[in-house]
Amino acid sequence: MKIQASIRQYWPTAALFVALIAIWQLAVSLTGIREYLLPAPLSVWNAMWDGEITWAQHLWVTSWEIVGAFFMAAIVGVALGVAIAWSPLLANALVPFLVFVNTLPKVAVAPLFLIWMGYGIFPNMLMGALIGFFPVVINTAVGLSQVEADMLDLGRVFHAPKWKIFVKIRIPNALPYILSALKITATAAVVGAIVGEFVASQKGLGYVIVTTQSSMNTGVAFAALVWISIVGLVLYGLVVVLAHLWAPWAEGVD
Amino acid sequence: MADSLIDLSGVGMTYQAASGPVEALAGISLEVGQGEFVSLVGPSGCGKSTLLRIVAGLRPATVGTVTVGGRTVAQPIPDIGMVFQAPILLKWRSILDNVLLPAELAGKEKRAYWARAHELLEMAGLHGFAEKLPRELSGGMQQRASLCRALLLDPPLLLMDEPFGALDAMTRDDMALELLRIWGERDLARDQRKTVLFVTHSIGEAVFLSDRVVVMSPRPGRIAADLRIDLPRPRTVELRASEAFGQLSLEIFRTLTGRAVGATGAA
Ligand SMILES: Nc1ncnc2c1ncn2[C@@H]1O[C@H](COP(=O)(O)OP(=O)(O)O)[C@@H](O)[C@H]1O
Ligand SMILES: [Mg+2]
Repeated sequence: MKIQASIRQYWPTAALFVALIAIWQLAVSLTGIREYLLPAPLSVWNAMWDGEITWAQHLWVTSWEIVGAFFMAAIVGVALGVAIAWSPLLANALVPFLVFVNTLPKVAVAPLFLIWMGYGIFPNMLMGALIGFFPVVINTAVGLSQVEADMLDLGRVFHAPKWKIFVKIRIPNALPYILSALKITATAAVVGAIVGEFVASQKGLGYVIVTTQSSMNTGVAFAALVWISIVGLVLYGLVVVLAHLWAPWAEGVD
Repeated sequence: MADSLIDLSGVGMTYQAASGPVEALAGISLEVGQGEFVSLVGPSGCGKSTLLRIVAGLRPATVGTVTVGGRTVAQPIPDIGMVFQAPILLKWRSILDNVLLPAELAGKEKRAYWARAHELLEMAGLHGFAEKLPRELSGGMQQRASLCRALLLDPPLLLMDEPFGALDAMTRDDMALELLRIWGERDLARDQRKTVLFVTHSIGEAVFLSDRVVVMSPRPGRIAADLRIDLPRPRTVELRASEAFGQLSLEIFRTLTGRAVGATGAA
């Protein structure tokens, strides 16, 4: 039953995908466009498995950066959101500051990271976290405070301490909001990691793309893009599954 | 009354809304005796919910004094059961865990209340729904679950805000009888019964359940009438068809609508 339902839901996507690839392949073959301008899907596929390029290593580095960025953004974001919702004093102190940080063009900070931290995985992780943490802060704070006034009164009727209201009512209430933000963070972590690699790296899928600029090996750049989107999709999919498991009551909310 | 449990004297409440002050209650003086079942009826917006919150200590009155059990109410008072107008169940918890919530919030051993929770769910006709999520239940069923929640810790004082508002007529009558049973109409002496302050829109329900019906006037809410319901207990369904029941209902109706007693007789 379930499988049939998913087939019914996803076959148009699959069909469209296959059709686009076919059109692309046909267009390249028929027009004879140069490979360095637009490589055919088959060449991209071949490049993805090209032994000349140590794909496994690059994939490993970039995946690490993305996953690290994701967790940093999630942990810091939730912590800041809780702080804001817990204490009005902290909220007053933090919110303007966070809004300011968020208005910075974070990509422009990448060269500074290079100066401060040099090459490596960590600065790229940090870039992904910087781009992805803000929605988590906001959604956590909103989710923690969007509890019905009557529900809070119910807590007061039983003289429940503040921490208990947080643990039993506010945090579960915020969970769907947080998970929804984490979907954005998953995407932002990918962008951040790749931007970081563009600016400074010796390994990683972003680095591969940069090197193809001089070699005009567009097929490899496309192959790297496909690998990046696979990593991004897997992370995004994991968050969706997590939301399914942790907040089934909120299904269909977003 | 010497044994009054709730004592309101000159109570008024003015909300500071964005559009200016809203006077919700004015000059409310009311005593409710230990073990008494008192209903509040009145038009929407006359401050019935506000009055319950003031008694519960959830909102301070702007003027007047409020005491419960001889003590001035300054903060949420202990040992009450509160049914809010909306069911306000936690959407991520099963019905059973929602009913058990008061035990958890009050820092009691949850497992000790497990049997009682099941008993209450059974009473409310929800025994098959203990493991369901609130969204799988109808509005009326959710409201019954919130009633079970209010009764879990067996509180001596019940504050109920239109608890049967979302129920169909049949279920409503059944629940009214159940409530009287829980109150101890049949098996407890008056001073051992729970004290109930019950808000309803249904005149018939108020008369059927109560020892007294307090009728409130439109905003700002004042007490327009305070009627003793001297119908025999235990109350039965047949009682609804009696002449005394009809007379009392009519009197409340006339107070509510502002028509003088006897005015319709001539027309
Ligand atoms: N938190 C609030 N802020 C401002 N006005 C309020 C608030 N709560 C209730 N009111 C107003 O007070 C009046 C009485 O409300 P309420 O006690 O809910 O009446 P009832 O329960 O009898 O319908 C209404 O006019 C309502 O709009
Ligand atoms: Mg009300």
